[in-house]
Amino acid sequence: MKSQRFEGKGIVKRLNFSANTALYSGIIIIGLLAIVAIAAPLLSHYDPIGQDLENTLIAPTRHHLLGTDQLGRDVLTRLMYGARIDLTIGILAVLLPFIIGTTLGLISGWRGGLFDTLVMRVVDTTIAFPFYVMAIALVFVVGAGPKAIIIAISLVGWVAYCRIVRAAVLVAKELDYVHAAKLSGLPTSRILRKHVLPNVITQAIIFSMSDIVLSILAIVSLGYLGLGVPIPTAEWGSMIQEGQAYILQQWWIPTIPGVMVVITGFGLSLIGDGLVKRLNK
Amino acid sequence: MNFLFYAGKRFLQVLPALFGISLVVFFLVHAIPGDPADVILGQRATDERVKAIHHLLGIDRPLVVQYFSFLSHLFQGSLGTSFYNNTSVSSLIAGRLSATLFLMFGGIMLALLISLPLAILAASKEGGARDQVVRVLPIIGLGMPQVWIGIELILLFGLKVHLFPVSGFGDTLAQHLRSTFLPSLSIAIGLSPILIRSLRAAMLEILEADFVLTARAKGISRSRVMLSHVVRNSIIASVTVLGVNIAYLVGSTVIVERVFAIPATGGLLIDAISQRDYPIVQGVTIFFALVVVTVNLLADLIHAALDPRVAL
Repeated sequence: MKSQRFEGKGIVKRLNFSANTALYSGIIIIGLLAIVAIAAPLLSHYDPIGQDLENTLIAPTRHHLLGTDQLGRDVLTRLMYGARIDLTIGILAVLLPFIIGTTLGLISGWRGGLFDTLVMRVVDTTIAFPFYVMAIALVFVVGAGPKAIIIAISLVGWVAYCRIVRAAVLVAKELDYVHAAKLSGLPTSRILRKHVLPNVITQAIIFSMSDIVLSILAIVSLGYLGLGVPIPTAEWGSMIQEGQAYILQQWWIPTIPGVMVVITGFGLSLIGDGLVKRLNK
Repeated sequence: MNFLFYAGKRFLQVLPALFGISLVVFFLVHAIPGDPADVILGQRATDERVKAIHHLLGIDRPLVVQYFSFLSHLFQGSLGTSFYNNTSVSSLIAGRLSATLFLMFGGIMLALLISLPLAILAASKEGGARDQVVRVLPIIGLGMPQVWIGIELILLFGLKVHLFPVSGFGDTLAQHLRSTFLPSLSIAIGLSPILIRSLRAAMLEILEADFVLTARAKGISRSRVMLSHVVRNSIIASVTVLGVNIAYLVGSTVIVERVFAIPATGGLLIDAISQRDYPIVQGVTIFFALVVVTVNLLADLIHAALDPRVAL
């Protein structure tokens, strides 16, 4: 038994080391992606949507490092411009649910009673819908495009934050110093903001990292179904969809956008894992 | 007695959700812009004809009336009739249900086949090299779009090596199994990251339990304890994890069936939306939500039956 415990300590040490490594590697990966996305017009002189019908589907050359697609557009350029779209919408789509879900979870967990019951029933209803079924219907209501994606993800996504924060509030409100703050007569809004929120928001922030991955996956999947960002805008999902037809000759056209999503997800997960270990110590 | 009480309580909790679902679906569907009459009539649309069609379909009545008529049909077990070909929505769903079920069960089976061994491998020596490797896998897997997994599988096992068909559903059972293998695998690869994580965590927790210590103290070997005590208990955990993720699983089938051109229930939904065929959209969405609610309920009840502490 003793030796096992000793082993346990060793693991903790190693994890702490890897917590920082994970966090920093994640930040470097996402940072690089962001730089490429922002600097896309400087890094490539090709137009991401300009067609060049004399140079369609050419294999990688010195001028086109990843070749061109069926309309003669430079694949690498579209990949970089796609990063702009997917990263921006991915982050924007998480912002709103984060705010709404955290607020509702905070109030719901703190007040309990009828408000809590109502919010929880709405939560139960929302999680009964498979996300893609809901998203597909919503995209038709709002009309395909970035706005529809953000609305669709927001309408479904707040639930996760609400549940996470509510559960954390239920624990936090029984803590001694929260009781003390209550007894000393501080206004509720101040207790919530200064004493409860800082304690419960950590888990929501950690979840938001994997949530960005999920929303990018949603953008890509909707893009594939033709319900996402309308063509010809360069977007990873529609690149996968358009490339599927040429997969035998140019396997990299649908493959590399997917690899980009995996890399993005990997970076964000590393940040999330690093944060978990840092913040939970 | 306790179990019955718990089952009753869980069932009552489901009712408001069901009501909410019907409400959301109905109003969502009617918020989809576009007029079914325009789609039916096309070029031949005149004001009178449009009015006649509206009356025929019953969509000239106030929304509230339409909602209650929809609800009362629902209680009678009817999901309505398609606007276009006079077929009942339930029969349309039934016609495509088998493909969806093949995908769902195939996905679950393959996901367990992938996740269980990996979780055992990781949990058998926490923090060891194998554990570190297995913990990286979900991080990579979680970022893979399922459409992309599907396309890569088509490329590798359908086009490069002609092992599996790349589209369609086939006619015989053997063909069904063969043609749903790659799509199920795509679903499984998408589901595995979540499963591996939860199963590993569950196994580590069980390894700490007193009965495992007792078994070890009695001199039963580590690997036997792992297989007979820990794995069996973590199966219970995977029932819950699968229950919680059923919505995700159902959503995956909608996406993946599109990649492999399989005529399953999701395609019905997408086609119906573009045709403004309200009853089908309503019916399919409600059907999916019902599947999710039922499976969640079943998973909780199975969990409570297997582990009586839950019902306390």
